[in-house]
Amino acid sequence: MQITVTVNYAVYTREVEPRLLLIHFLRDELGLTGSHWGCDTSNCGACVVWMDELPVKSCTVLAAMADGRRVLTVEGLERNGQLDPVQEGFAHCHGLQCGFCTPGMMLTARWLLDHHPDPTQAQIREALSGQVCRCTGYENIVRSVQWAAQHHGDDGRGGHRSESGGVE
Amino acid sequence: MSAPVPNGAYGPVPRKEDARFIRGRGMFVDDLQLPGMLYGAILRSPLPHARITAIDTVAAEAHPRVEAVFTGQDLAALGLAWMPTISQDAQAVLATDKVRFQGQEVAFVVAQDRYSARDALELIHVEYEPLPVVADAERALDAGAPVIRDDLPGKADNHIFDWEAGDRVATDAVFAAADVVVSQDMLYPRSHPAPLETCGMVADMDPVSGRLTLWSTSQAPHAHRTIYALVAGLPEHKIRVVSPDIGGGFGNKAPIYPGYVCAIVGAMKTGRPVKWVEDRSENLMSTTFARDYHMRGEIAATADGRVLGLRATVLADHGAFNATAQPTKYPAGFFHIFTGSYDLQAAHCQVTAVYTNKAPGGVAYSCSFRITEAVYLVERMMDILARELGMDPAELRMKNLLQPEQFPYTTPSGWEYDSGDYPRALTLAMDIAGYGELRREQAEKRERGEYMGIGISFFTEGVGAGPRAHMDILGLGMADGASLRVHPTGTAVLGVSCQTQGQGHETTFAQIVAGELGLSPDDIEVVHGDTDRTPFGLGTYGSRSTPVSGAAAAMVARKVRERARIVAAAMLEVSPDDLEWAGGKWRVRGDPDKAKGIAEIAMAAHSTLELPAEVEGHLDADFVYNPPNLTFPFGAYICVTDVDPGTGQVAVRRFIAVDDCGVQINPMIVEGQVHGGLADGVGMALMQVIAFDADGNCLGGSFMDYLLPTSVECPSWELGHTVTPSPHHPIGAKGIGESATVGSPPAVVNSVMDALAPLGVVHADMPLTPANVWSAIQGRHMRTDLALT
Repeated sequence: MQITVTVNYAVYTREVEPRLLLIHFLRDELGLTGSHWGCDTSNCGACVVWMDELPVKSCTVLAAMADGRRVLTVEGLERNGQLDPVQEGFAHCHGLQCGFCTPGMMLTARWLLDHHPDPTQAQIREALSGQVCRCTGYENIVRSVQWAAQHHGDDGRGGHRSESGGVE
Repeated sequence: MSAPVPNGAYGPVPRKEDARFIRGRGMFVDDLQLPGMLYGAILRSPLPHARITAIDTVAAEAHPRVEAVFTGQDLAALGLAWMPTISQDAQAVLATDKVRFQGQEVAFVVAQDRYSARDALELIHVEYEPLPVVADAERALDAGAPVIRDDLPGKADNHIFDWEAGDRVATDAVFAAADVVVSQDMLYPRSHPAPLETCGMVADMDPVSGRLTLWSTSQAPHAHRTIYALVAGLPEHKIRVVSPDIGGGFGNKAPIYPGYVCAIVGAMKTGRPVKWVEDRSENLMSTTFARDYHMRGEIAATADGRVLGLRATVLADHGAFNATAQPTKYPAGFFHIFTGSYDLQAAHCQVTAVYTNKAPGGVAYSCSFRITEAVYLVERMMDILARELGMDPAELRMKNLLQPEQFPYTTPSGWEYDSGDYPRALTLAMDIAGYGELRREQAEKRERGEYMGIGISFFTEGVGAGPRAHMDILGLGMADGASLRVHPTGTAVLGVSCQTQGQGHETTFAQIVAGELGLSPDDIEVVHGDTDRTPFGLGTYGSRSTPVSGAAAAMVARKVRERARIVAAAMLEVSPDDLEWAGGKWRVRGDPDKAKGIAEIAMAAHSTLELPAEVEGHLDADFVYNPPNLTFPFGAYICVTDVDPGTGQVAVRRFIAVDDCGVQINPMIVEGQVHGGLADGVGMALMQVIAFDADGNCLGGSFMDYLLPTSVECPSWELGHTVTPSPHHPIGAKGIGESATVGSPPAVVNSVMDALAPLGVVHADMPLTPANVWSAIQGRHMRTDLALT
């Protein structure tokens, strides 16, 4: 079947098997390998991307379900050579070690900050609770999101997605 | 208290690695796409013990997108149906005679895409004749137990080895004279490292040159290359193993797995690159597990709380093949460090290992070769003794901890601890926790019928294996090389044999070299994980990167520095003896204005400058570091829990961790390593277990069943540290990778048992799930490793 998906602001039309998972579409068909596959069962969140307004676990979404939708992956967080504050926060606060869970964590964090610009630690932990990190013990991920919240939007960075109706 | 920092190079500098990862531009094995690449998939046994009577692959071979199918018989024709394990046992690559655990590899399919490879697995028909199963290690040696390893000549039981350490007679004498003896059976259940990236490989054979390139999730690329050469008879210089970015290892990626061998055979058979990446269930059900130690601890003490002796009796479940990773001399790893951090007179341990119908492996999961189990045993026994004596567990520990003046200290089982100040670390942890206030709060809560626990553990790690005269893996001595090339313009490339899986070597190793040479870490590129570009060494596991490769990095930099001295002397027209290394430069003694830095010297070393006849020119050097001893990090942990007696739910409210890993190169990274290990420990203590039912079915085969801690189960960690440099390590560092995984589980369990003390609960095994805790409150012991019907 043929699908047309807007991924990171670019439109892709591809012939795919109806059973193809979105994560494999992104990684194997489009070569966007920043999103990772980790568990098959929606538990780990290494595959989190945005579909329209919401973070989804792309290992349990069919590529066909993304037809006509907008997808945002880690590769789309940086705009015009400018890192998202979430990306800066993760590097600044040592919020990553092996880097495998990081893309999914950052996309969920971006969603959280778009909806709760000044989250409490409990809100951050709750928002990230559907995702697993095996390296950091979460402490520095929480600090990274807090850092991003504090460095949010002063110069127009961050928060640019939901305000403009999701992915442009 | 702090050691001097060379040239300001040490400190919490941001990681070089992060720039690619935050942009999604890492390169993990499954990210690799090669032209014409095929995909492999493994057919696995649904049964834990069964004879294979027939395999029919005709339908799978007829699948239009399948390129190759092979079974154990096909591999047998190549001499590859079996491979040696790290423990010098044999493990089936693909089963030929029978399957011995659920999830064992039976056939391999190579197809044009991932999904077709999986489809074709469904088309393979295997006939199994089920056999009786050994699921319970405690029944493995029963008379009449089914013999799992009938492939081994003359094997008539499931016994692997008996091993002992310490002094049995002296220990018996100490126990006989003691006022108090307490004992406890305890299980350290089977766990799994479960890195978020599963294991995989892309194998590519160039049919013209005979070059075999293996992109692989390997913590030990050089050792893997040698083993491939030995097993497959391939010339070692034609093999290149590349470990690209690795999505977490924790020991899981130290061994060689059947899937790797299958990918290699697939590439050689088809003449095209073959990618094999296991799925999560395959990772959990077939790759190396950790622990599975059934232990009995006995501790002897005087009535006033002076610990005299310790005994440990262990039944070790090694699964269907003995594939534990440990230095050859030590079949039970470093378990015999089990006397821990205490000054006692005598100790003895006895370990018996058995085969069961479970996945092979063992040791892996940030455990420092079984020190995790050893620390758990002694720290549980200290708490149980404290309760028996009516003493505060902190007071009992303080009374028995080794004192600073006792170092270097030789333990009753023969370890020589290098350095430590244990009372200072425990005192600091108690200060951070506000220990006295916590006990007052607990007393008030007990009055109100609330169950709050305070658990302590004190651990001594032993890392950086190891002295090559005593420690080897499959005959390969555990020394590691480093190479340092200094370019004419004064930038440098360090090659190391270890392999980062998130530990930040690209940053910290650059800091080490920068500190030795007076360069900026930004001017040093660290190359690792590629056997073509790095010197030989045994890789990253057992927290050995900083203790071994970090030492090699410092020593090779010092070698370069000494070469630079001769060049600097020629530049300054003085004798090398007239120079001193100060402020990151070679400086003329008594004339500080006459000095040359490494960058200037490097250009001169490559120039036409006339050098003494014995000097070759250039500054490049190689070094192999053979550790004189292990290093011994230590720490004091305190865990505060609240337990709901109605549901058995445990909440970790606070966790205080004071670590001493000697000199810290990058405290930010040290802190991150501790954070991660603490989460691992909470996971093992409260939720992670690979259990089996009585029929040998694995009950932890997905993340829906094998529960990992998330951000809401983990508290905000409270850290502290002390610095006691290792006296024998070139920069005084000790290693930190596994300390928290080793030290934290007993703190959690001690805390929960402390909470339940008013209910008379002395011990329950990990994981302390609500059902398990609730059973303990009802006075019932639950086997957490078996679902018995």
